[in-house]
Amino acid sequence: MATGSSTSTDRRTWRRPTAFRNRYTKWGVYGAVLALVVWSIASLRITPGRFLSGLGYGYELIESMLPPETGNENTLRLLDRMIETIAMAMVATVSGIAISLPVAFGAAGNLSPRPTYYLSRGIISVTRAIDGLIVAIIAVIALGFGPLAGIVAISFKTIGFFSKLFAEDLEDIDMGGVEAVRATGATRFQSVVYGVVPQVVPRFTGLAVYRWDINIRSSTIVGIVGAGGLGVLLQRAYSRYEYDYVAAILIAIILVVLVAEFVSAVVRRRVQ
Amino acid sequence: MLETENLGKTYPTGDEALRDVSVTIDGREVVAMIGPSGAGKSTFVRCINRLVEPTTGRVLLDDRELTGLDDDELRNARREIGMVFQEYNLVERLTVMENVLSGRLGYVSNWAALRRNFPPEDVERAYELLELVGLDDMENKRVDELSGGQRQRVGIARAVVQEPKIVLADEPTSSLDPETSRDVMELLTDIAVERDVPVLINIHEVDLAERYADRILGLHDGELVFDGPTVELTEESKGVIYRGEEPPESATAVGTTDPTDAETTGRRAEPEPLSAED
Repeated sequence: MATGSSTSTDRRTWRRPTAFRNRYTKWGVYGAVLALVVWSIASLRITPGRFLSGLGYGYELIESMLPPETGNENTLRLLDRMIETIAMAMVATVSGIAISLPVAFGAAGNLSPRPTYYLSRGIISVTRAIDGLIVAIIAVIALGFGPLAGIVAISFKTIGFFSKLFAEDLEDIDMGGVEAVRATGATRFQSVVYGVVPQVVPRFTGLAVYRWDINIRSSTIVGIVGAGGLGVLLQRAYSRYEYDYVAAILIAIILVVLVAEFVSAVVRRRVQ
Repeated sequence: MLETENLGKTYPTGDEALRDVSVTIDGREVVAMIGPSGAGKSTFVRCINRLVEPTTGRVLLDDRELTGLDDDELRNARREIGMVFQEYNLVERLTVMENVLSGRLGYVSNWAALRRNFPPEDVERAYELLELVGLDDMENKRVDELSGGQRQRVGIARAVVQEPKIVLADEPTSSLDPETSRDVMELLTDIAVERDVPVLINIHEVDLAERYADRILGLHDGELVFDGPTVELTEESKGVIYRGEEPPESATAVGTTDPTDAETTGRRAEPEPLSAED
């Protein structure tokens, strides 16, 4: 009897350990995050009233967009810009990846010496730090309006993305094969060709197509600041209040992006 | 003929993995190097072709000193040393033929390597070796389709296609089942005879070493504590190698910390009883 009652009173409890130091810290952090969100909404003066009246304006906007403009001349211009958009993305992907390759090998810690590693990582950080539209604005100032500025801007953004991810894939390879190839008396170049490249070809293809898909999206928007592609039309139509034409452009953008995403998904599934 | 003179290796961490190892290997000998995990077996083998840079001593292959060669000379010297690895170290996404032919890379230009353009005699040699190791008609298979035993045969073919002056094998059987292990050991001993080349096998399975090797090298705590024909390997000498028991002739106590043999420690369970300091 005595033993029975003692086990029921001495029953031990268990609580999942928290990732924070203790429960008070945990609730403190949650409270702080909530306060930050509330303060942000307040400081941006977002009120329910503004939100509701915004919905009304949105309805009017959509009404003026319908039906989308399908006039012959405008549609032709749209097609023209669509082709320009896709061409910009193609060129920027190829040139961006061409520049990325040496940077990626340099940024792979297992393949490159320390100074090259830090230099390459530096290049990656810088190209990632600036947003694409800001790069596009600078490119337009430097090179003038048109697709060339867009290509430069998108290539620049490709470097940061592609080099970083590809360098990570290079760091993940099995070094055993590379070591064995080196042990046969192969040159550095040969051991890369035989030991490294075969291991990363599928990832390379997947990343390249993925980046192409992202670049298509970017090249629809860089036109907003004058760097060529569908964005140029969009910006122009907006400033002229031609909302029915804006609708047609948006549909074109969505079509292009969806097709690119579909192609990219199919190719990536095939290679991986 | 391979000679090492007072070969030593201290890792940057301060671990002394190898101390004063002097060996001569010649003819068509099959030499097995045995010892507990972390004794420095792998370090020793890798110091020979300088995959690991030795800190002291010299390595000579046919009277040519390998230690101190510059990069280009070292590459040329490595062409004459075949190596077989524990984890096969093949390039899995390449075909069997490409893996075997990679043993000839030291003799072709970068451009030819890129186009997989090897001289016909190299290709012929590769075919012959694939037959020798029992992989006929497998040349176009990708290595990731092969079993462990088949992969190690590709590894052996790659080492032998180099026409090396010595074959080094770093734990060639550790990833294989017992039966395949025996096949691989048999293949390595056949190659020594047939190609008239010495084979140095670093191995932790003593029974395999005793069965296939002509000569045994025993390593304990980075020091060579046994060197003699297989028949002379007695229970006492195994005690010296594996448990660091005092050898009758020399009384040097080994009291340093455990040198970590990065390639071999912690990867598999050792069947041998280990001494307290291990």
